[in-house]
Amino acid sequence: MTDRIFVGTRKGLFELARHDGTWEVADIRFLGDPVSAVLAQGDGTLYAALDLGHFGAKLWRRDGSGMWEELAAPAYPPKPEDAADDPHPWSLGRIWALEPGGVPGRIWAGTMPGGLFRSDDGGASWALNDALWRMPERRKWFGVAGGEQPGISTVLVDPRDPRDIRVGVSTAGVWATTDEGASWRLINRGMYNEYMPPELREDPISQDIHQLARCTAHPEVMWCQHHNGVFRSENAGANWTEVTAIRPSKFGFAVAAHPRDPQTAWFVPATKDERRIPVDGKVVVARTRDGGRSFDVLADGLPQHHAYDLVWRHGLAVDGTGERLAFGSTSGGLWISENGGDSWTAPDARLPPVSVVRFAQA
Amino acid sequence: MPTIAFTRALERFLPAPTVEVSGTTLGEALAAVFAERPALRGYVLDDQGALRRHVAVFVNGELVRDRTGLSDPVGARDEIHVFQALSGG
Repeated sequence: MTDRIFVGTRKGLFELARHDGTWEVADIRFLGDPVSAVLAQGDGTLYAALDLGHFGAKLWRRDGSGMWEELAAPAYPPKPEDAADDPHPWSLGRIWALEPGGVPGRIWAGTMPGGLFRSDDGGASWALNDALWRMPERRKWFGVAGGEQPGISTVLVDPRDPRDIRVGVSTAGVWATTDEGASWRLINRGMYNEYMPPELREDPISQDIHQLARCTAHPEVMWCQHHNGVFRSENAGANWTEVTAIRPSKFGFAVAAHPRDPQTAWFVPATKDERRIPVDGKVVVARTRDGGRSFDVLADGLPQHHAYDLVWRHGLAVDGTGERLAFGSTSGGLWISENGGDSWTAPDARLPPVSVVRFAQA
Repeated sequence: MPTIAFTRALERFLPAPTVEVSGTTLGEALAAVFAERPALRGYVLDDQGALRRHVAVFVNGELVRDRTGLSDPVGARDEIHVFQALSGG
């Protein structure tokens, strides 16, 4: 188990530490600045992406000794003349996902407006994945959620093979590479968007992937909190089955997969779609332990009266044991469980709106 | 030589002192600053080399016009000010 949690918020990065069974704010960095992504590596290195309103997206790294250093942020190449009709800018909007690449030094960064970047030197330099960026279908991506631009919200590297990667795009479905990003395919089948025009309802590229999660021990099992509901895949994102048993509602943004048990996952549902608040003003976590056939609605320790907390895509995290979970909300709520979600406690803090929660790696 | 001054809001992130620079256009003046302080470039310009959407630049109190080509002329006695262009909660 890990005794550190990193919480990226609208106003800085908060580090929580567990002392004598109580979680407390132990450190604050970038106070006042929006944090859009966090990555905690097993060697103690910490990455934080900022989304500065005036001055753009930034990337910082803290080494094992605690020293922070600003790194060069991923940069898009010059827009060529033959891309004049590209509906999306060739310019970094936001760093939205930072994920380890499975080999030393490698990190993947998912960004808005849809570029996937790779670093092989611990974030010191970045290169745009040209193959995905130049897919003709990318021009059909659209940015209904999370901003005006499409964005890569999830990057999932197969723990058995770092060349095998799934990328979730909001909005453009699930993309796969098995050759380290040299070529890509749009793979998702079985998802549907009930709000789309009929001819696009089941179109793979029209699927709004709010967030993907995969079971580390059984990487072929993936879960998706989709704009239109919850889906599960048993073949690494190629075919999806809707999980209709989710309660109290099927709308939401976040999902966490149990690291060992492919039948267990957690969600934080909200009323769909225009309101985006907890059902009946009660914050709950939905947990399945049987592959989505049934759900427990977990509320012990969570606010049940006039609570209007929404949890964004990266706002829910599970640790390597599957026992500790944490999630943070748009109202600055933060709740931690040490028993798989059965009960929750809140640290003594009223945080800024939470964008991302991650556990330190043990 | 023209003078270029940066919003103090930048000081939270990195040094950005007022300096005299060479150059006859805004782009040349900024390039002279960034040659000395390369980390500052990404705070003022985006990755296509245009002024960031929420950065405003004035030359002698006049808002510059060419935000992508940075071709607005600057004279030897001109004062360039780089500001942030919005605020919020």
